[in-house]
Amino acid sequence: MIARRTLDATAWTACAEVLGRGKGELMALFADQNRVHMIVRDPREQSLEHLCFECEGGRFPSVGRYHAPAIRLERAIRDLFGLEVDGLPDSRPWLDHHAWEVSAPLSGEQRAPVSCPDYAFLPVEGEGLHQISVGPVHAGIIEPGHFRFTANGETVVRLEQRLGYVHKGIEHLMQGTTLERASQLAGRVSGDSTVAYQFAYARAAEMALGISAPARALYLRALMAELERIANHLGDFGAICNDASFVLIQAHATMLREEVLQAADNCFGHRLMRDCIVPGGVASDLTKESIQTVRALLDNIVPRFRQLFAIYDSTASLLERMLTTGIVSNELVTRFAAGGHVGRASGRNFDARRDLAYAPYDKLSFEVPLLRAGDVDARLRIRISEIEASFSLIRQILDSLPSGKIKNDLPAAKESEGFAFIESFRGDVLVWLRIDGDGKVARCHPRDPSWFQWPLLEAAVEGNIVADFPLCNKSFNCSYSGHDL
Amino acid sequence: MRRLLLESIGKKPVTLEGPVASDRATQELAKTLDDLSRRVLGRSLAIREVDAGSCNGCELEIHALNNPVYDLERFGMKFVASPRHADVLLVTGPLTKNMKIALERTWRATPDPKWVVALGDCACTGGLFAGSYACVGAVKDAIPVDLTIAGCPPRPLEILKGLIALMEAATRKPVTKGAEPPPSPLDR
Ligand code: SF4
Repeated sequence: MIARRTLDATAWTACAEVLGRGKGELMALFADQNRVHMIVRDPREQSLEHLCFECEGGRFPSVGRYHAPAIRLERAIRDLFGLEVDGLPDSRPWLDHHAWEVSAPLSGEQRAPVSCPDYAFLPVEGEGLHQISVGPVHAGIIEPGHFRFTANGETVVRLEQRLGYVHKGIEHLMQGTTLERASQLAGRVSGDSTVAYQFAYARAAEMALGISAPARALYLRALMAELERIANHLGDFGAICNDASFVLIQAHATMLREEVLQAADNCFGHRLMRDCIVPGGVASDLTKESIQTVRALLDNIVPRFRQLFAIYDSTASLLERMLTTGIVSNELVTRFAAGGHVGRASGRNFDARRDLAYAPYDKLSFEVPLLRAGDVDARLRIRISEIEASFSLIRQILDSLPSGKIKNDLPAAKESEGFAFIESFRGDVLVWLRIDGDGKVARCHPRDPSWFQWPLLEAAVEGNIVADFPLCNKSFNCSYSGHDL
Repeated sequence: MRRLLLESIGKKPVTLEGPVASDRATQELAKTLDDLSRRVLGRSLAIREVDAGSCNGCELEIHALNNPVYDLERFGMKFVASPRHADVLLVTGPLTKNMKIALERTWRATPDPKWVVALGDCACTGGLFAGSYACVGAVKDAIPVDLTIAGCPPRPLEILKGLIALMEAATRKPVTKGAEPPPSPLDR
């Protein structure tokens, strides 16, 4: 457990100011009944701190007032809990589009919906500007969200996002439910990160219950997590090239991805490995034949993957689209504590597997790639290096896979809390969990890495031409569902 | 790159042999599609995918249909960018209330005759999200659905079998012998 302190309003605000001065990173901000939690990280000390504030009269002082990354989180807390945020610079609703029959669904009270005027996009004024509005139904097979571009000729001068379209009420569905069902819900927060979420959920539940999973299960979890990472990065590698109309790489990358998913299906019985990680361990064991399947998969795809990247790296017309497109500054990724390839392509040296070392990664060796250019090309190269690192990790896992059982029984529950950060392909996923005396979920908060990446996409596209937006967007690949919950 | 292309020419295709239509889907469609709603589309269907609140898992497997293994386009089906070009709406997710208006508008923007496929447990029944304050639940509670493909997410092969069944049902010529050809748009 990390140090935890309850602050008064002055200390809470002082802490927000410290964050605003860049002296710490905001890793999470969420509410539980009348209490607001904040998890902050000191990058120099590599330490985490858990801060709480008890709301009085249903209000708390805004962190976003001093530290912009908190603004959308606070807007979401307002929508879901009905808590007032004093000094919040942007008080427009965020997840609540006024389509529900309730308002503040997590407040614990039945509150009637409030009607609201049309959503006001930020005003943009100037000569020769025009607006392009896109979504929520997009042209491709992607998730729904709304993008409001303001362009001057071909150049984007501002992008404003509006999200929340896929809000499913996951946190509400989790409340009062069994640990098992909440695990299934956690695995459906963002389909591409189903392993990472169930990994984080299981570790949070185990921390709360004071147990750990057997050694073999820990290694199998990491195996799944690395397969998931490879599959997603391969998919995005192809998709980014496809957005630059380079279909050859896309065709081969989707083929490689398909082979990874088929191997996963073979080994774990589900192509996305959903519901394979459970609190206490994993759901099914890996047979000797399956181990061979994974080894054969690597032998088969590694050389083909390298050949594919060599094509990327030697095709000038393709590189020309990627280099210097969609640059995000180091200052921004640091301020937003952006995880994953978005942070690491702009010089934020953080990977939860290494820096919040959790089992079994504390026993495995791997490189965390770091670049500084911050453009589409850098984000793509980080993914390529991560695929290579995952190949090596999988070999280590198979070579040192402990024997023994794969699941420990869960003890009788008591009131308790737990949390875990897990590095998904997209960045660090957090699951925070509070269990009540009956062993039911009292509150669970899954926090997607996208919360701290979406706003940076707005910055990345500024000054680029509209036609490069798909490249920028795909190189980020933020989650809508994970963010909207 | 030249090497890769040359190697590819010599290799056997990786594409799966086309599966036959799923029986279950064919039966389900027989119930909903009468002869009148069928028309000859020259064995071609344009599909518009609509994510109505999915976790994105269903989309990942829909994407897989375009990879060289499943290669949807060889069956005359392809994904299009606008509902105005579409014959089929392929809908995923437990229809969030925040997406309801967008889905209804998309459905209205799709020209007749049109078919709606609810893909994945969420779109079929609401799945794990049924009963949430933020979800309508099954897609059929908002717009008429012709075919359901269950699974969380359904495997690409299952999706393919369902879509092939739809293709056969939707493009079969009227069964009565000597029937009039469907009216050309110019006659209307
Ligand atoms: S059916 Fe499963 S995979 Fe599809 S959207 Fe629902 S939860 Fe996600």
